[in-house]
Amino acid sequence: MTWRARLTQIGVALAPIGLTLVMTMFILLLAGADPFEAYGNILSGAFESPKKIADIAVAMVPLLLCSAGMLVTFAAGLWNIGVEGQMIAGALMTTWLVESLTAPAGVILPLSVVAGLIGGALWGLLVGLIRTYGGVNEIFAGLGMNFVASALTNYLIFGPWRPPDGATMSGTDPFPPSAWMPLLGTTRASLVSILLSVIALVGVWLVLRGTYWGLKLRAIGRNIRAAQRLGVSTHRNMILAFIVCGALAGLAGSLQTTAVYRRLIPQISGGYGYLSQLVVLLSGLRAEWVPLVVFFFSAVQVGSPRLELRMQLDSSMGGILQAGIVLFFLLVRGFRERWRAPERPKEE
Amino acid sequence: MRGRKLLLVMLAVILLAALPLTACKKAGQGEEFVFGVILVGPYNDHGWSEAHYNAGKYVEQHVPGTRMVYLDKLNPADRKGTTLEQVVDDMVADGAKIIFTTSDDFAADTDVVAAKYPDLPFVHISGDHAKTGKAPKNVANYMGQMEYGKAIAGCAAALKTQTKTIGYLGPLVNDETRRLAASAYLGARYCYSKYRGGDPNELRFIVTWIGFWFNIPGVTLDPTEVANDLFNSGVDVLLSGIDTTEAIVVAGQRADKGEKVWAIPYDYENACDVKPEVCLGTPYFNWGPAYVRYVEAVRNGKFKQEWVWDPPYWKDINDHDKSPVGFKMGPALTDAEKKQVEEYIKDLGSGKAKLFVGPLNLQDGTPYLKAGEEAKPDQIWYLPQLLQGMEGASK
Repeated sequence: MTWRARLTQIGVALAPIGLTLVMTMFILLLAGADPFEAYGNILSGAFESPKKIADIAVAMVPLLLCSAGMLVTFAAGLWNIGVEGQMIAGALMTTWLVESLTAPAGVILPLSVVAGLIGGALWGLLVGLIRTYGGVNEIFAGLGMNFVASALTNYLIFGPWRPPDGATMSGTDPFPPSAWMPLLGTTRASLVSILLSVIALVGVWLVLRGTYWGLKLRAIGRNIRAAQRLGVSTHRNMILAFIVCGALAGLAGSLQTTAVYRRLIPQISGGYGYLSQLVVLLSGLRAEWVPLVVFFFSAVQVGSPRLELRMQLDSSMGGILQAGIVLFFLLVRGFRERWRAPERPKEE
Repeated sequence: MRGRKLLLVMLAVILLAALPLTACKKAGQGEEFVFGVILVGPYNDHGWSEAHYNAGKYVEQHVPGTRMVYLDKLNPADRKGTTLEQVVDDMVADGAKIIFTTSDDFAADTDVVAAKYPDLPFVHISGDHAKTGKAPKNVANYMGQMEYGKAIAGCAAALKTQTKTIGYLGPLVNDETRRLAASAYLGARYCYSKYRGGDPNELRFIVTWIGFWFNIPGVTLDPTEVANDLFNSGVDVLLSGIDTTEAIVVAGQRADKGEKVWAIPYDYENACDVKPEVCLGTPYFNWGPAYVRYVEAVRNGKFKQEWVWDPPYWKDINDHDKSPVGFKMGPALTDAEKKQVEEYIKDLGSGKAKLFVGPLNLQDGTPYLKAGEEAKPDQIWYLPQLLQGMEGASK
């Protein structure tokens, strides 16, 4: 590789960050704020104490799980935008279990994890069936199922599962302590959640990389007709991909109820499903880069409420930072490909 | 794919490199007293949350050396993934010495977080866990006696109605919303008979609950539709019990088409500005003086657990330094009507006019107060049903 190509690469890598910083700086100056103070506040809000770092871990868990699931569906060439709904379905199934079963923690916590997996898997299965046998594009099917899941949550919170004092936006009554995932010390992080998310991501990485099923999925993703001709059962494997992705997302939803909120709240999925699409996109569909991107997104999320507390700035600045990076990353990549195209037309 | 790797490495490097930037904060704060205010809606919502935000500003102006830290829109729709606990942690890190949690919805969370910070005083607005013993010792509850504000609103409605039918756009059904709707009803009956010489039993009072404090599509009834339905069924004065402005907006639209209809908004002093020509007035909260009392109590080491249900300052319910609730007259009242409302306010203050006084039955006919009997505070706070004569669900 020539020094020139290397420079180009560094430039391409840095450009999105630089552009995002310039853009947000401009916005902050317009808002009459000191950009460096703002960046400093985000960083201190995210890293100043071990507790804050634990908060980052809390935010990372659902993103890791959903991203791990998305890697599976992306491998099969499927855009499973339904993770959001699959996450909710896992949370609903877990809440249903907790509401209907009284048992010691040693029984109910493992069952809650299973319930989450099942709930999400069912929701994923539905999207898969609609996609394969209904012939509906998975994006529409997924969005539709997301809508159904969140409407169902609202119905349950304002209906059958509402607290005796009356329904509130803060959700159901807290779960009994037997259904609380134990937390690490005085932090909000749960070791079980962290381990499960790590296991999920490593597992997906291994499966996609080193198993026959992973190979089949990638074959479907590359060229569905060719895969079919080679005797790969495309429908079955696509549905299976949806189920696996759904199960992981459902686990994320389940852990949000037992380890984070300790009850069901409206919008339990918190947009993590949608955010995970960006994570996977930014990671270039590669499991090994997912943790770093997830870490970045989570740190910005944990750090940005500080903007409002300290500087009276709207904390959506954090969202603008995240979105800016994604946007400029795609733009820079797009421009580079365009600019390169005439030079090396035969490469792809 | 090296480009992508580089990108991520750079991200990490930048994050780490910028860390030391943050170390040099926190100097030169002096003897500042920091207090935290947590809002459920936007700080500029022209309603409930704005009234609390203004109270924080009021403290900064009236108690030297104080500074508010606040976070608004703390609800699952606007701020996914942020919990009350995280916000309090941040406020404590900023030096907050007292936290105001200003929504009915924060009741359970306030208890949990207060147990985690046993030395930090909390004031939870509108709850009763300090009274029932559910809350830890460092939680106080505060609420203004909006019952009077609603009674005055009901009075204004009764003076104006031509169809003898008053509507009430209710949020969800609980103790608080039942007693407020009932107060409006009682005020309406009183003024209808006293100032218009009518039989209060010929007055209709229809309550429709939308299901929550504001519109959630797919979950609550749509307040705009409910408002229109109420007007279609003969209501010509609509009182709002919800956080948002649909009642006065719909009344304004219908007035523009030539109908003779009016509205009474809620919570925020200047809510009439939405459509002054149909506005009979606004019962509103004025939290500033109470905030000042709590901040000063903490400063002097005198904060204690209490449950306060604060009456209006009757000498002048619109005195911003003294009265927790007020009523701002609307431009749609005639001068004569304004005088009558003023007289009613005066009589409520002197005790000449009483609000919850028998004979009164609950909606299903169960006796509530014997003739001449006055309700004890708990009987009002925990009003179990609407009152007989009111139309609408009690549960």
